[in-house]
Amino acid sequence: MFNRDRWKEILEVLTSNWFRTVLTAFGVFWGILILIILLAAGKGLENGIKADFGDIATNTMFMWTRSTTKAYKGLPKGRDFNFKLEDVQSIRDNVPNLRFISPRNQLGGFRGGGNVVRGIKTGAYNIYGDYPEIINQDPMTITSGRFLNHNDINEKRKIAIIGNGVKNDLYDLDETVLGTYIKIQGVNFMVVGTYKKNSNDGDGEEGQKQIFVPFTTFSQAFNRGNDVGWMAITANDGSSITSLKEDIVNSMKVKHKVHPDDDRAVGYFDLYEQYNRVESLFGAMGFIAYFVGILVLLSGIIGVSNIMLIVVKERTKEIGIRRALGEDPWSIKKQILMESIFLTIISGMAGITFGALFIYGVNAILDANGPVDMFLNPSVSLGVVVAALAILIISGLLAGFIPAQSAIKVRPIDALRTE
Amino acid sequence: MIEIKDLHKSYKMGSNSLHVLKGINFSVDKGELVAIMGSSGSGKSTLLNILGMLDVADTGDYTLDGVPIKDMNETKAAQYRNKFLGFVFQSFNLINYKSAMENVALPLYYQRMPRKERQEKALKYLDQVGLKEWATHLPSELSGGQKQRVAIARAMAAEPKVLLADEPTGALDSTTSYEVMDLIQKINDEGNTILVVTHEEDIAHMCKRIVHLKDGVIVEDKKVKQVRASAYV
Ligand SMILES: Nc1ncnc2c1ncn2[C@@H]1O[C@H](COP(=O)(O)OP(=O)(O)O)[C@@H](O)[C@H]1O
Ligand SMILES: [Mg+2]
Repeated sequence: MFNRDRWKEILEVLTSNWFRTVLTAFGVFWGILILIILLAAGKGLENGIKADFGDIATNTMFMWTRSTTKAYKGLPKGRDFNFKLEDVQSIRDNVPNLRFISPRNQLGGFRGGGNVVRGIKTGAYNIYGDYPEIINQDPMTITSGRFLNHNDINEKRKIAIIGNGVKNDLYDLDETVLGTYIKIQGVNFMVVGTYKKNSNDGDGEEGQKQIFVPFTTFSQAFNRGNDVGWMAITANDGSSITSLKEDIVNSMKVKHKVHPDDDRAVGYFDLYEQYNRVESLFGAMGFIAYFVGILVLLSGIIGVSNIMLIVVKERTKEIGIRRALGEDPWSIKKQILMESIFLTIISGMAGITFGALFIYGVNAILDANGPVDMFLNPSVSLGVVVAALAILIISGLLAGFIPAQSAIKVRPIDALRTE
Repeated sequence: MIEIKDLHKSYKMGSNSLHVLKGINFSVDKGELVAIMGSSGSGKSTLLNILGMLDVADTGDYTLDGVPIKDMNETKAAQYRNKFLGFVFQSFNLINYKSAMENVALPLYYQRMPRKERQEKALKYLDQVGLKEWATHLPSELSGGQKQRVAIARAMAAEPKVLLADEPTGALDSTTSYEVMDLIQKINDEGNTILVVTHEEDIAHMCKRIVHLKDGVIVEDKKVKQVRASAYV
């Protein structure tokens, strides 16, 4: 099938009219180029938006309390309440398939600027009282020292893990950090670790300027008693937090005597649902890219088919001669199909190559000019390239099918008679 | 070698039908050199095309080398044409983008003969028609007589049982015509069976037998004393 004579003939036929061949090839080239660029642009947008999620475990919800809006069991409406530390165990007992339940408290942010002092340097940062598990839900890289552990919690150690942003603010470049003390709202904490978060969007700066201290220490130092500011809850891999969140919220309503129909009293944010919404949006965008790309490609394919028909017509007599000499009709058909596939693949490869260069160029410009909001690293995966090649081979076959059929439809004697 | 019985063929053109062959009976033995004569439109080419399996008869029997030729699919017909039949046409019918040697090697390629062997054999046949030096030339670089000699080499390359030539000299001047007939006679001398369609008396008399076609039937079938073409070259 792939012998030298066949290839020679394919090249002879395709190069016999260069201009026409190139024009035809351009249709396929253009189609695949559009497809690749659309897919890459979609990927760039997807990467950009997903970067906003950072490394956060996406199967996660956040939950906090608000005022009640309904009177219930003798309690008035408009009542404020707080989650308590025992609620964590209560949720764990009532709702299965939860992986992490992290109670959290916070200073700074929406509850006013935390004031951190070291010597003559000061800064305002978000201070979190946390359990060690939080590092699984809000991942960070420990760049020196260590993160929180359970002994810190049990012994209410006055220690802190600070972000690289904090370190840059409060320390000179060559200063040792570990073992030094910082003063958070008048309370001294020893720095035992530093971290860095991976995130390239606008919030990246913010993410590096946080301080983590043990939950128990935080509660005691800043007089939170047993209160929990909010919780980060992650489900097991097999189950989605979206399907569990109702059980979780309901268990809290029962525990805190909130009216079952009071939808305002417990606030939450379902990261997983949000993420899925984005996922399905990109699914739809991918579909549109394929749809448009393949339509454009289709017009290229029709062009190839058209030219192959003309080629077959021009070669009717030759085909007649070859059949008189005893060429199998199948062999003629194969020849036409291979010409068509060859033309499609060569022009398609050119399109893929050109598209790859284009994407490479865009990436280079993006790298040179710094990150753009919501657009990051446009690219096509190997899978897409393989799919594109498969599409090309199939298209080439389809394009060649009708011409090949028409080539052997003519009886040899009629083919010989044509001039 | 060839046996046909009561062969009929008509062409349908719209509602009309043109009865071209009206019951042809004849046979050709191995080693014969037969001229098929007749005026233009008498059905000579039609008959030759049916013998060459390029066309099919409406009714009648055709046996080629003991094999009944009937109801064949195209793949089978292609195989038979390749193995049993060689064609020479009035208009040469060489493939214009292939060299003389590639043209000659074509039927061997369809037999899936390895490339090297194929080229050697093609060269051998080109040598026999005296065109070895022209092997790499395209048909457009050859004269009419040379083209026809390449076509004959191509027809003979697959070593067919029967060589069918439809007005092989029709497009050539008389000197080149005799050269081509000389070649055909030599091929016949080696024992090959050849049928030549012609409407020229002198060409016909260079064969060993003349079959005369008129109004769709054979009106005359006679052995003649062969005139050697070499006398005129
Ligand atoms: N494909 C065809 N369709 C219709 N008529 C044809 C066809 N081929 C040949 N004929 C007619 O059949 C007759 C015999 O043709 P042909 O065998 O070519 O004659 P010759 O070769 O003796 O000149 C002619 O009248 C010709 O017009
Ligand atoms: Mg004729």
